Amino acid sequence: MAEREYDASRYAPPAEVEEMELPHARGFISKYVWSQDAKVIAIQYGLTATAIGLVALVLSLLMRLQLGFPNSLSLLDPGSYLQFMTMHGMIMVVYLLTAIFLGGFGNYLIPLMCGARDMAFPYLNMLSYWVYLVSVLILVAGFFVADGSTGAGWTLYPPQAISPGTPGIDAGIVLMLVSLAVFIVGFTMGGLNYVVTVLQARTRGLTLMRLPLTIWGIFMATVMALLAFPALFVAVLMMLMDRLVGTSFFMPEMFAAEGGTEHQGGSPLLFQHLFWFFGHPEVYIVALPAFGIVSDLIATHARKNIFGYRMMVWAIIIIGALSFVVWAHHMYVSGMSPYFGFLFATTTLIIAVPTAIKVYNWVLTLWQGNIRFTVPMLFAIGFLFTFLNGGLSGLFLGNVTVDVPLSDTYFVVGHFHMVMAVAPILVIFGAIYHWYPKITGRLLDDTLGKIHFWVTFLGTYAIFYPMHFIGLEGVPRRYYAFGETTFISDSVQALNAGITVAAFIVAFAQLLFLFNLAWSLRHGRESGPNPWQATTLEWQTPHTPPRHGNFGEELPVVYRWPYDYSVPGVKADFIPQNVPPQAVEREPDAGRGGDA
Amino acid sequence: MTVSLILIVAMMAALVGWLLRQSIAERPWVAASGPQSAPLPAGFTAPRVGLLAFLAVVTSVFALTVSAYLMRMEMGADWRSMPVPGLLWANSTALVLASLALQLAWRAAARDQARRLRQLLAAGGGFTLAFLAGQLLAWQQLEAAGYYLVANPANAFFYLLTALHGAHLLGGLMAWTRVLARLHGNADAAWLCAGVELCALYWHFLLLVWALLFGLLLTT
Repeated sequence: MAEREYDASRYAPPAEVEEMELPHARGFISKYVWSQDAKVIAIQYGLTATAIGLVALVLSLLMRLQLGFPNSLSLLDPGSYLQFMTMHGMIMVVYLLTAIFLGGFGNYLIPLMCGARDMAFPYLNMLSYWVYLVSVLILVAGFFVADGSTGAGWTLYPPQAISPGTPGIDAGIVLMLVSLAVFIVGFTMGGLNYVVTVLQARTRGLTLMRLPLTIWGIFMATVMALLAFPALFVAVLMMLMDRLVGTSFFMPEMFAAEGGTEHQGGSPLLFQHLFWFFGHPEVYIVALPAFGIVSDLIATHARKNIFGYRMMVWAIIIIGALSFVVWAHHMYVSGMSPYFGFLFATTTLIIAVPTAIKVYNWVLTLWQGNIRFTVPMLFAIGFLFTFLNGGLSGLFLGNVTVDVPLSDTYFVVGHFHMVMAVAPILVIFGAIYHWYPKITGRLLDDTLGKIHFWVTFLGTYAIFYPMHFIGLEGVPRRYYAFGETTFISDSVQALNAGITVAAFIVAFAQLLFLFNLAWSLRHGRESGPNPWQATTLEWQTPHTPPRHGNFGEELPVVYRWPYDYSVPGVKADFIPQNVPPQAVEREPDAGRGGDA
Repeated sequence: MTVSLILIVAMMAALVGWLLRQSIAERPWVAASGPQSAPLPAGFTAPRVGLLAFLAVVTSVFALTVSAYLMRMEMGADWRSMPVPGLLWANSTALVLASLALQLAWRAAARDQARRLRQLLAAGGGFTLAFLAGQLLAWQQLEAAGYYLVANPANAFFYLLTALHGAHLLGGLMAWTRVLARLHGNADAAWLCAGVELCALYWHFLLLVWALLFGLLLTT
């Protein structure tokens, strides 16, 4: 690139971001409980999501015990199996993944990475967490009511979700629906904050195209969530009315004979349309922040600029937009027109293009990078493999003719766990190992981290890979026991037992991780402000952990994108975003070339 | 889902178009070149952008409910359209007046006319309460005439849509109460003006939503 003359006035234009008045905490309660500091709110979100996620993990282990070693647990009957399955799915997708990516990482990273003091509306942000907590408590209350939580499956399809015979038909389903509605209200409060902060509160010099990809991922996921969650909200309201008042939005006439309310002519298919209009974007609401975070982890730990930054940004945007027009690929077997199915198969396969661009770009970023095999990097690479595998099985299921025989089998379970459970969870772990030093000032233990990675990575493959084979045999999902069947071979039981053993080993590794989190808080090696030698603004704060207001007296000024790693002719192998061009130390013989 | 798709595509297109203009000419890897800051167009303050984003969410809620309405109409053979009570015309007038009063209140706030602002703000809230009371009365009339909530999906959708719209107005009234309280507490003029402006814009939006819903009820 051509050499440029330095002109300070061009690099640091007058601040367009006004200083905001921060509601500083006056005591313990306002600092750690009713806190309006996005960082504290992030930790509150993270801890609550982790706690409820652990509940869902235990539920999955109980289900695995039944599948691997049938009838070994007396407390689990077919009804409670369905209840555990429903709660496991809903908690993991909505209350853990969505909450931790947007409420947790969103809250912690948006203000810091944008060079802002805090979120745009701190009070609303605080309210968002407390409403989320209430939604979690309402959900958990389902375990304690007389008929238990709902066993409708996480998709909550009517008519069975609110028909006699389904577990949790009295209070369980009502609590689930109310909890979802409350969650959406809480999320909207937070989501408005994330969007406005990214658009409005960026510091000087931080153009949109200088944002770290983490922020791009979280921003786009939030936009999608704000537009897609209303579909679930509307569906939930309508189902509540069907259940409580006796309307017939979704409930067909046949269920009038079951002794329930006098339903007539409702359409279960209408619910499926609404649910998946939310449900499919939800996959990307979880995936896009993971895409963003993994891009930053790979660039930082490979000491290389991200390959094709603009392409990566546009891939995020295109994936977000396309994800609104693929919802009916979840409904191929619902009886809709085959032409409709063809249309949705086409849009589904088109999404593979921007997604593949991202995968290629991650791999090309690693290519000839100075890769540091730190724990965050291991998790990032683990994500690449897992996401690729899960994505490839998605190509099978995206095609109508292949999907029909595989529908509702363990192939589907294997696919979506790889692509939207394990893959994002690996990113969450990588992100926690990466940002824990900023949050606490200490590093997580490396050896424990590596054990955690390898057991989790290999273990999850041992769990979900065999499920594809079980699914190819036609074994249906959501069954408590399979009984005497001719099409299921004996090896399926052996595989199921193996999967269960692997699941317990992986769960044990998570205890190791929790121990690491707690132990390192006191005993971890001190990290200093920037242990990974990263370029983004959160690592340039005057204090670690950052104080309320993040950046001390002066907000940082940004002069460059976040991927200035290993810039030719520059002494250090990274240049933080807030370092002006004239302050960059160059190799003696490098002259003033390059773009730094 | 066509209605929802069209609206969501329009909202996405606006966002993507704006992002495109921000990014197309940028070379992010070049340090300190090109435009250094990309502010939103003048006048896009954080509360305004916040309101805009919230209106996008509300648009999505109503678009999806209307989509469900139109789909359910086609899906079952049991749909029997409901007569629209004449009272809704009077209610609509009240909402128009509320919106108008808040628009004038916004102008008064901008000109720092405290007394006029107080009167117009009170009128705006008053007309809104009249609208809500009128909607409740319409519900009662329909119940009395035998158009129960559970009797027919058309009825259920009528109650659902009007309740959703009313709930959004109630939320607006909470913001309106806050502005009114600040007005009596002699808050600073700039804050008041911004607050009244947000109320007015929100009311105009809900008036538009109501016009579309009312049109839908009248024509289907």
